[in-house]
Amino acid sequence: MRAQLQEIVDEFAETPKSLRLAILLDFANNLQPVPDTIDRDALEQVHECQTPFFVAAELADGRVALHFDAPPEAPTTRGYAGVLATGLSGATVDEILDTPADFFVGMGLGELISPLRLRGMGAILARVKRQVVEKSG
Amino acid sequence: MAVPNDPNPKLAEYAHPERLVTTEWLAEHLDDAKVVVAESDEDVLLYDTGHIPGSVKIDWHADLNDQVARDYVDAEGFAALMAAKGITRDTTIVFYGDNFNWWAAYALWVCSLFGHADVRLLDGGRQKWLEEGRPMTTDVPSPAATEYPVVPRDDATIRAFKEDVLAHLGTGPLVDVRSPGEYNGEVTHMADYPQEGVLRAGHIPTAASVPWKRAADDDGSFKSAADLRAIYEGEIGLKHDDDVVAYCRIGERSSHTWFVLTHLLGFEKVRNYDGSWCEWGNSVRVPIEKPGYPIRP
Repeated sequence: MRAQLQEIVDEFAETPKSLRLAILLDFANNLQPVPDTIDRDALEQVHECQTPFFVAAELADGRVALHFDAPPEAPTTRGYAGVLATGLSGATVDEILDTPADFFVGMGLGELISPLRLRGMGAILARVKRQVVEKSG
Repeated sequence: MAVPNDPNPKLAEYAHPERLVTTEWLAEHLDDAKVVVAESDEDVLLYDTGHIPGSVKIDWHADLNDQVARDYVDAEGFAALMAAKGITRDTTIVFYGDNFNWWAAYALWVCSLFGHADVRLLDGGRQKWLEEGRPMTTDVPSPAATEYPVVPRDDATIRAFKEDVLAHLGTGPLVDVRSPGEYNGEVTHMADYPQEGVLRAGHIPTAASVPWKRAADDDGSFKSAADLRAIYEGEIGLKHDDDVVAYCRIGERSSHTWFVLTHLLGFEKVRNYDGSWCEWGNSVRVPIEKPGYPIRP
């Protein structure tokens, strides 16, 4: 797994349970808006998420840029996006594709977030991987 | 002395107006020491982004569910939760939340399993409070711990198990509050989530389809008493003394309908089947009805 993403997973795992959601909220609050240079039509909706959520992966010079859009009333989804944006932006195609589908299990959020909601993170990663495959193919 | 009811005329039309409060009422009672406001959301982080001043967070998954068995917390766990939130047995709890109060209604229902007497919903929930520009804060209160009694959970009166539903088939009405696609068995599993899905699609035989959303207006508040009667009594013919069981997928949307039938329309015996379709659709040899097929087994 890419070192930047592993660091985030470790940060969650090493944080006391009572403070883990606060870290996720920081990621939600720090999620960058989609830049104006991105065509909104290029954003793909992730239907598995219970709230409107869009993702676009861009490939330039062998590096992947990730853009996410989720409304403020869905902070958990924004937090997932922030984790992936921070952990995977600038990654190579191989680093994206090598990211384990269940990388988030090690974050220790299972006691705080119900399994179905937690798997939203995996659904977002799956979309990122598919877009990267399509754009690198 | 008990906390007074909201005298709003819309609420007065309901069978039990004391179970609802308006945003106006709540704004005037935020400092009432006998009232604890509790937010229960779909999104586990939403409370932390801002909530009604003084309100506490009660999470459906982390606080109300047992973390090992698929069940609710036990009597000791519930008493500890209430004590930590500054709630006594006499406290008026006003629940509100996101998503049309699904989880607020669910939390209210769980409190009712333990017989907490004065539980109310904020009509319109978080959505209406925000749309009216009412104050929010990120300050988390630190209520002084209370003494809350250990009261046994009553799983017989307002809760139904799978066995109860099997025995109920053919004897009383069932209300399926899921979306039409779920009811008709068109939705089998979600993409990328096969392991989270349910193995069979359809509905429990004899169940009438009344999606929960029909009971709510777009601003998150409940429809008028007359509108609700037209749906549940008029369209599907439920009667006040019917033994009614409501279900959805995991019991949250049906808590919303349970609240409507029990507290807004005054039905005397309504149970929420919290196992719902996640249990029924995975169970071996329970009957399932799906349009275009004979009922099996």
